[in-house]
Amino acid sequence: MSRSLMRAVLCLLLLVIAPGLQAETWGGEPTPDGQPPVPASRLDSTADHREFAELKVPFETGPQVTRACLKCHTEAARQVQENIHWSWDYRQPETGQRLGKRNVINNLCLMVPGNEPRCTSCHTGYGWEGPDYDLTLEENVDCLACHDTTGTYVKFPTGAGHPPLEDRTFQGELIEAPDLNHVARNVGKTSRETCGACHFEGGGGDAVKHGDLDSSLLDPPRSVDVHMSPQGGDFSCATCHEFSGHRQEASRYHINADPQAGIAIPGRRNERPSCESCHGHTPHDPRIHNKLNRHADFIACQTCHVPELARGGRSTKTLWDWSTAGRLDEQGRPVVETNAEGRVTYHGKKGSMEWAEDVPPVYRWFNGNMRYTLPGETIDPSGPVNINTPEGTPRAEGSRIWPFKIMAGRQPYDQVHQTLLPAKLFGPGEEAFWTGYDWDQALAAGVEAAREAGHEDLRFSGEYGFVETRMYWPVNHMVAPAEDSMGCAQCHGQDGRLEDLPGGYIPGRDRHPWIERAGWWAVGGVSLLVLLHGALRLILYRRERRAIWGR
Amino acid sequence: MTEVRVFTLFERFWHWAQAAIIFGLLFTGLEIHGTHQLLGYDLAFSTHVVLAWCLIALTAFAIFWHLVTGEWHQYLPSYHGIWPMVLYYTYGIFSGEHKPYTTTPAAKHNPLQRLAYFGFKAAIAPALWLSGLILLFDAWWRGTVVDQVISFAAVAYVHVAATFAMMVFIIAHVYLAATTGHPWYAYLKSMVTGYKEMD
Repeated sequence: MSRSLMRAVLCLLLLVIAPGLQAETWGGEPTPDGQPPVPASRLDSTADHREFAELKVPFETGPQVTRACLKCHTEAARQVQENIHWSWDYRQPETGQRLGKRNVINNLCLMVPGNEPRCTSCHTGYGWEGPDYDLTLEENVDCLACHDTTGTYVKFPTGAGHPPLEDRTFQGELIEAPDLNHVARNVGKTSRETCGACHFEGGGGDAVKHGDLDSSLLDPPRSVDVHMSPQGGDFSCATCHEFSGHRQEASRYHINADPQAGIAIPGRRNERPSCESCHGHTPHDPRIHNKLNRHADFIACQTCHVPELARGGRSTKTLWDWSTAGRLDEQGRPVVETNAEGRVTYHGKKGSMEWAEDVPPVYRWFNGNMRYTLPGETIDPSGPVNINTPEGTPRAEGSRIWPFKIMAGRQPYDQVHQTLLPAKLFGPGEEAFWTGYDWDQALAAGVEAAREAGHEDLRFSGEYGFVETRMYWPVNHMVAPAEDSMGCAQCHGQDGRLEDLPGGYIPGRDRHPWIERAGWWAVGGVSLLVLLHGALRLILYRRERRAIWGR
Repeated sequence: MTEVRVFTLFERFWHWAQAAIIFGLLFTGLEIHGTHQLLGYDLAFSTHVVLAWCLIALTAFAIFWHLVTGEWHQYLPSYHGIWPMVLYYTYGIFSGEHKPYTTTPAAKHNPLQRLAYFGFKAAIAPALWLSGLILLFDAWWRGTVVDQVISFAAVAYVHVAATFAMMVFIIAHVYLAATTGHPWYAYLKSMVTGYKEMD
């Protein structure tokens, strides 16, 4: 390679890496004028954004900030726009299904279309209010949601991704408008706080959705997450979830369940993170039989090393029953009931909820592909409908036993077309359920919005019911210290963790009923025979002795 | 009355070592199977594997010894004389008849014993061994074509079924070999000391 070419490559590399290399070590108290102190040493970046003239002009809105960012970071917006964080659209290459938040139905708030300003408060952009949103407009990209280091930047919960431009309240809570100039001048690397603002709060609140992602991970004790704990690895999210050119590889929709073929090395190749990336394929002391390492061939690390979900002191939602929603008090306000922890167990807007802490996951064979029941797909309303089904074959190559949080639901479906239904929940009009409390209108409006968003095979007959559903959330986080991982007998036994795992034979759990019955009968029979035989001999022997010796 | 040496030192060592290992395998195996939880699964499994390798080593040694000494013929079954033994155990033993067989160093086992030991060595033990090794080396054939032919479950069923057969063998063997001599403990004694009193 010629020297000039090498220089060019190096420059290119720097261009790619530099935006991520912001100062991590801005420290100390802010100066009296509210500006952080000038970092004394160990600058991780070659640029101090506080010096940039572009960031000193007053910003009124988010897009104005983005335009300023893009003056230097010319490619950033287009990079973001290729990411699922932006598109909410993902073609799963192995199942061929069109997934992503835009396309799936879940059993939490059902579906995005029709509810945009609320749902898109977690979009990495500004202003997604409906089907006409321009996903190519660069100034719509929200740089600050991920790159804020001040902790003051916030997207308003019903603002379609915009921050509050003046102080506003939401559900009785004051949400202060961020000083966009201050935030823009203090951008940096992503952090647990920036990722967590959406990923910890998924499903409408802290710990609701995932069970293995909640705000306890901001500062977890070692027992909750050995990697993210300051007493452990002190990782941020991006330590494993590496982004390159604003893209991360794959997503929850397409998991690399069995990274046997090749493992990603962070910092070298931009690949999907896996435990094996750092720990290798044989992380356990082999001892006599190497059984733990052999187990890793067909059991995901998380299965033993994430013994329970929601261990951080925050309960996660395990059931959402929409069928009971709609109860209002005498003033016409939704009835709200809470449990001792303060979690909502009934809400007139949402129905009945159940919550749990320290939840044992359920386990399935999983090859990394999730098959979704998409809008318009026919369901069998008689039994629990799987919103998504982990694909996998017992003992097959590429499949491993994987832990999942099961989210149980009861949600509207069309009794004539036999499909799951979206609903318009949020909005000012009477057709929104949270305003009008009328399912007929809300479902019709939800279907209409979904059709406008491209789900044209979805129809509403006017006949609806509520169907039980199950959703599988793959568990990857809250890895416990080794000493807290699961023991053998927790799976190898009766009524153990793998009791309802379909397929395969698990020593200690499984037995053939006939062999067991015949075997124990044979053992009992021969024992009885031996006892009778011996007893008879003893009696006869004594009788004979008495006859001879008279005693 | 004279004392004759029936069992050599090696045979006695082999017998008792094998007995100890088999009881250990049975105890730990039943824990792996989920029948009890006395040791803890981890320790039970490790011990089971170690004992299995011990048994393999011991057996290899014993096969070598039997081949070299020609003692293998002691286990060749023959139908000749089986019925008198069966009749003896079901009737004669109660009426004080003499056993229709006398142990000698050249023919240490009565025909029923020969048949039982042959069955143990030719059927029960190989079934346990083979299935056990296949289970132990599961990682080598999981997900391959072999998995389609012999399922893990089928191999495990063979292992468990053979274990039950072995338990039946052990119960009958311990009773017959330890209590039906003349005097009743004569066989037990000769398996310990090697010597047997000859009339």
